[in-house]
Amino acid sequence: MTKKTQHPTMFCLLAGHFFISLFWLSTVQANELEVRGNFEIQGRFFYEDALTKSQHDQQLSVAAAPEFFWSWNNDNDSLEFVPSARADQYDSERTHFDIREFSWVHVGHDWETRIGIRREFWGVTEFQHLVDIINQSDSVEDVDNEDKLGQPMLNLSLVKVWGIIDIYLLPYFRERTFAGNEGRPGIPFVNTNNVLYESKDKEKHLDLALRWSHTINDLDFALSWFEGTSRDPNLIPSFTNQGLFQLNPYYAQIKQLGIELQASLESSLLKLEVIHNENSQQDYWALQGGFEFSQYGILESNADLGWLVEFAWDERGKDSRSNFQNDLFFGNRLALNDIQSTEVLFGLSYDLDFSSTSVLLEASRRFGDNIKVSLDARFFESKEIQDPLYFFRRDDHIQLTAQYYY
Amino acid sequence: MKLIKYAMLFITLTTSSTSFAEEAEDKGLKIAQETKAIDLGWKDSSAVLEMILKNKHGETSTRNMRMKSIEQKGDGDKSLNIFDSPRDVKGTAFLSFSHPVANDEQWLYLPALKRVKRISSRNKSGSFMGSEFSFEDLTSFEVDKYTYKYLRDELVNGENCWVVIQYPIDKYSGYKKRIVWIDQSEHRIRKTDFYDRKDSLLKTLTMSDFHHINKAFWRPQILSMVNHQSGKSTVLNFSHYVLSTGLDEKDFNQNALKRAR
Repeated sequence: MTKKTQHPTMFCLLAGHFFISLFWLSTVQANELEVRGNFEIQGRFFYEDALTKSQHDQQLSVAAAPEFFWSWNNDNDSLEFVPSARADQYDSERTHFDIREFSWVHVGHDWETRIGIRREFWGVTEFQHLVDIINQSDSVEDVDNEDKLGQPMLNLSLVKVWGIIDIYLLPYFRERTFAGNEGRPGIPFVNTNNVLYESKDKEKHLDLALRWSHTINDLDFALSWFEGTSRDPNLIPSFTNQGLFQLNPYYAQIKQLGIELQASLESSLLKLEVIHNENSQQDYWALQGGFEFSQYGILESNADLGWLVEFAWDERGKDSRSNFQNDLFFGNRLALNDIQSTEVLFGLSYDLDFSSTSVLLEASRRFGDNIKVSLDARFFESKEIQDPLYFFRRDDHIQLTAQYYY
Repeated sequence: MKLIKYAMLFITLTTSSTSFAEEAEDKGLKIAQETKAIDLGWKDSSAVLEMILKNKHGETSTRNMRMKSIEQKGDGDKSLNIFDSPRDVKGTAFLSFSHPVANDEQWLYLPALKRVKRISSRNKSGSFMGSEFSFEDLTSFEVDKYTYKYLRDELVNGENCWVVIQYPIDKYSGYKKRIVWIDQSEHRIRKTDFYDRKDSLLKTLTMSDFHHINKAFWRPQILSMVNHQSGKSTVLNFSHYVLSTGLDEKDFNQNALKRAR
């Protein structure tokens, strides 16, 4: 466990005390205690020479994520605890521990409070999650940033006839994780021991978020507002005392408006996410939109085939730090709907500014009742140094993961 | 003159066959209305169920889930299904608002990603979690979803049944028609034959082990679906089937979907 991923002691103590009291309460009235989770073993295999000598061609790791769940008061109160840990053969940054969930949920008639460490997803698109902002990405888990770190929060959710309103107070900021010197794929120059903040409160800045979401027949939509520390760091180049090149994460203060729209139109889902980001350097708009077309029961079987097309645009253009400033995406999702739940996902992104390509292939299948095996492959093709993808140009790899669920 | 006579005869014949068809349609509709009316007022339901999938080689795999529903006055029901096994999909939940004429609204919750995904309303012909049940087989029965034609009376396991054809109105239904056997004593659906879009027999659903819950509503505890074309089958075994337990709207919104366990 690195220093970076630790929660502040005070918060842990307070939260710990709070949950111990709750736990005592729950042992008296508990009507349900549930334990489940998974172990995994993963291998990554690279077949091009690494960018730096410190990186390796093969990398093994093991991970575990148990889940503890209590409920009482007729399921109107519940407590969830999900720690998660990974040990990596080489990468000391990827060897890390996190608390994904440690929260108490209370359900009232038309409201709900959620207090503690949680993960919360916002958004509708598939290839990029622009609007999603509550949680920090756990980038050492996977470069797709789908894995998220637990975020301490106070969340009040109100259910009205005209939609659901969520109000969040986010009292502590989580830094993004980055692969270390020996980690791959990764940017081996990021120094997470020297992190810069715009706010003098640094990671203790109190962030606020609001979201209104609603469904009217075939249309889902949401409006959101976030004010606080950007989850997406600017990587500032500098040199260490020894004269080595490094990148220091800089976390700016931002205000971000988010818009989500999704329309279910016959066999298609039309999806759009738009953000407007206000910051002290350059305000900008960005969008991600497209459609998902589904075919059910193809070739006279139970299999479903989905076709995904999306487009990404960022007002900052080539200067954008984003990987997806003017990109096209194409994907296929095949679900065989067999007993083993075999699924294959193919995705391709093409950068119209830098002519770079990245390809993704994910296949998974269950063996027996408890084992799931996934085979992921990623290919990166980039020739221009200004392209953020350039760092990954030698990191094509195949990843094999076996998970045991209990 | 002869020609006119034949024409007259033809008209008489066609009108009488039309009125016969109308009679069959009216009778079919009336049976459907009665079946629906008898089953009104159960308020809400919850049940535990086991889903046994069997492939054509006879290999089986079992899935466990819980199912909750709430009755809606003048609209289709709302339901929430939560998966308990296989372990890797545990916590996956499916929320559905069914409507008589408008598109059903459906969302899937994926616990690993903490993500609610909308399911396109056309998926009704798609397989429900790898089973031989499609999504539309599991939505609530609404009179306005079909047009009807009464066929005949037939004895099934000693029960006198009406045999009625139901033609789905929705062009995205996976079926050209369904033939249902409804018993005349209690209006329970005993058997359904599903015909695909090419009008060939696709599946047969048999319902059995009926319980008279709260001494008011009949519910089958075993639903067996056989796919004649693929040789695969799925059996649903219900247990702990209870009605009118006091579930309310708050148990059927997107917040409820996210906290489903």
